[in-house]
Amino acid sequence: MAQSDATNEGHGAATPLLAVRNITKRFGTFTANDHVNLDLAQGEVHALLGENGAGKSTLVKMLYGILAPTEGEILWMGAPIRLPNPNAARALGIGMVFQHFSLFENLTVAENIALVMPSSQKLDDVPDKIAEISRAYGMGLEPSRPVWTLSAGERQRIEIARCLLQDPKVLILDEPTSVLTPQEAEKLFETLERLKAEGRALLYISHHLEEVQRLCDRATILRLGKMVGTCNPRVETPRSLAALMVGSEIKEIRPAGAHELGPERLIVANLSLPSPELHGVALKNVSASVKGGEIFGVAGVAGNGQSEFFAALSGETLARSPNAIVIDGSPVGTFGIGARRALNAGFVPEERNGHAAAPDFTLSDNIVLSGHASGGMTRAGFINAALAKEKSRNVIASFDVRAAAPDPLARTLSGGNLQKFVVGREILRGPSVLVINQPTWGVDVAAAATIRQALLDLCAKGAAVLIISQDLDELFEICDRIAVIHTGELSAPLPARSTTREEVGLLMAGMGGADHAH
Amino acid sequence: MRIDLEARPKRSTLREILSPVAALIVAIAIGGVAVAIMGRSTLTAFDVYFVEPLSQFYSLQAIAVKASPLILIAVGLAFCYRANLWNIGAEGQFIAGGALGGWLGLVTHDGAYQAIGGWWILPAMMLLGIIGGALYAMVPAVLRVWLNVSEILTSLMLVYVAQLCLDWLVRGPWKDPHGFNFPVTVNFDPEATLPILFEGGTLHLGVLFAPIVVIVAAIIFAKTIFGFQVRLAGSSPKAARFGGFDDKRIALAAFAISGGLAGLAGVAEVSGKIGQVLTTISPGYGFSAIIVAFLGRLSPVGIFIGGLVLAITFVGGEDAQIALQLPGDLTLAFQGVLLICVLAADVLARYRLRVRLGGAS
Repeated sequence: MAQSDATNEGHGAATPLLAVRNITKRFGTFTANDHVNLDLAQGEVHALLGENGAGKSTLVKMLYGILAPTEGEILWMGAPIRLPNPNAARALGIGMVFQHFSLFENLTVAENIALVMPSSQKLDDVPDKIAEISRAYGMGLEPSRPVWTLSAGERQRIEIARCLLQDPKVLILDEPTSVLTPQEAEKLFETLERLKAEGRALLYISHHLEEVQRLCDRATILRLGKMVGTCNPRVETPRSLAALMVGSEIKEIRPAGAHELGPERLIVANLSLPSPELHGVALKNVSASVKGGEIFGVAGVAGNGQSEFFAALSGETLARSPNAIVIDGSPVGTFGIGARRALNAGFVPEERNGHAAAPDFTLSDNIVLSGHASGGMTRAGFINAALAKEKSRNVIASFDVRAAAPDPLARTLSGGNLQKFVVGREILRGPSVLVINQPTWGVDVAAAATIRQALLDLCAKGAAVLIISQDLDELFEICDRIAVIHTGELSAPLPARSTTREEVGLLMAGMGGADHAH
Repeated sequence: MRIDLEARPKRSTLREILSPVAALIVAIAIGGVAVAIMGRSTLTAFDVYFVEPLSQFYSLQAIAVKASPLILIAVGLAFCYRANLWNIGAEGQFIAGGALGGWLGLVTHDGAYQAIGGWWILPAMMLLGIIGGALYAMVPAVLRVWLNVSEILTSLMLVYVAQLCLDWLVRGPWKDPHGFNFPVTVNFDPEATLPILFEGGTLHLGVLFAPIVVIVAAIIFAKTIFGFQVRLAGSSPKAARFGGFDDKRIALAAFAISGGLAGLAGVAEVSGKIGQVLTTISPGYGFSAIIVAFLGRLSPVGIFIGGLVLAITFVGGEDAQIALQLPGDLTLAFQGVLLICVLAADVLARYRLRVRLGGAS
């Protein structure tokens, strides 16, 4: 096809290793990628930036042969290619590290890697090869370790090693740092630098703007499936990159000022709970207290007891002693979520679809979900549907929830809009204590700013806010104090303004040293 | 070649309403082929099954009498199914209700305990029927809630326990001593029999239970916090717990309502249609009601219509045995085909079939 003019717009004279020309992908009437162009040169780290739903995943899935493009073409060293399946992509030299690992917990590192090797390879050679790769890239993998004993960062390095055994020329990484501590991320960057130095091309998907600036030579930005442009991230600022991603200037969040703190409104005292399920985390002697007007952050790598801690705070899991959790002076450890709401506490769980909200119910029904026991929402067992609709309209208006209909099913909203709805639903009730897990997980930059501002405003009115988040930037931005949860234990809180990310990072990795308060 | 199910981008209310209708048409077509293979005229069979029952006053009454227990049971099942609890033992709960309510009819036989008059007997029988069915449903419910035992297995197996117990009662302790050793009980007194609505007809008072229950259930589902809990617990159990609703209580309540309504249908059948207790008191209403529940898309009003449709097949099936010498099992086979068609139509209303040619994996 139009190869000649396609190569003209490439960067420099060299033919890019992998190029995408006017690629379009439609799912029914929805266009996920709209005439996107991308060049990937040898020895470059290329960032793919965009909000959730911008089409990043769709694009890389086409590059890895999982999806077939509707229009447009993919060029490999200048020649158009078709990728009917991931095997074809791997055969060419395209490898991919997914955000979610696919490893067998009970097998060793070597066994997990051997599983994906061609059957002609001998199993006995695998440990040597792993050791070789591990040395070459400083990955520190031990072939005989079972996977269940490894941290997220080590697991990710197995995935990378799996790709490297195929000697790929292009490596695609999907949000690789989302499950890592800052120190683990640092180690990943070193590995990636070596890969780049060998002349491999890396396509790096992320929405962490700082790491993109640090690591990437070029960035291609997608917005709503369309390509906004390609730029050099090092000459941009995080704000200008974010503005490109969302298409408008981001509201500056008013930093947490040095305001007066009220009395202790939420107290957790020596809370211990066994793990609720086989692979869950037990809570060990967790203590914390949050004052009115304060935002208390709980940092930690995913899977260290965050959801268990949230369930204990919300009353979805009951503590053994009433005094383990005290809300506004009332011991509520053995009370359910309804009784805690009656004390004017609000809760926002991590998972919005199916936990915070019922996807097959309308938004006004979802108002009833958490608000049925207060404010005259039910009378003699009957639901006041008019009131629920009115409250739903209020949330939609105050939190700029974009919906296609006045009272749509929750499932029809995008992730960010549903998150604004479930956060707004609780905040508009004016809670005196708010517990919120991953408030801006998977939410675009503009919506995240709205949510964080709303949390700051709520706490300025005297509410106690406890935020559980994996996003350190977020915690440092709005929290007064930060504690770290690691394998079910909560560290002593550190004042956010006089603490460095490195200190928190060490705690996240379980290297807190002697300053545990309990 | 590969066949994929692809979610339709939008749900359409029209498509969801039309899907059971389309299922019925397909099921009738399949039934027609079966009748043709058996050597009867498809057109005559259609006439006997679906036209004649609707064209005679007598059979219209028979349809109402048969639809009534189907609707009562299916509305109850809707509470369970909406809550994602798979009670398929309504047949057993029907028998339990019929037996416990029927017991009062036997005890008060021949004017016994009627010194204060017989006015209290019928209400008490109905109440006992509800209690009997609800208690019998508590067995799978409690096992499910506290021991996490599959309610599908327990509720189904308890059907056979109920059937055998009833058989033993009627052949043993409850047998009419003057009944020439036939396995039947005495006939109830008029005070223990649901009255006929008008002279010479077969419609009894119990037929009126169905529309009342349909209206009440429709209001519960649409307007009350309890109906909201039931729908929510089935649709998003985690969200229901987050809402502060007790899933165990919801499960027990759904089973109690389901069993209670099946028990009410059972006692109304015994007291209204039969007038005594027999070894078998149900032609499989408890199982056919599962089809009715899905034919009605688990909505009370839809169930009302679905119950009438299934009742037509029961009445038409009886006529077909006489007129065409077609086996009675054909009716059950047809109902089974109908259920499969309804479930398939449900899937096709939400997903679209896509056939991919070629071997792309």
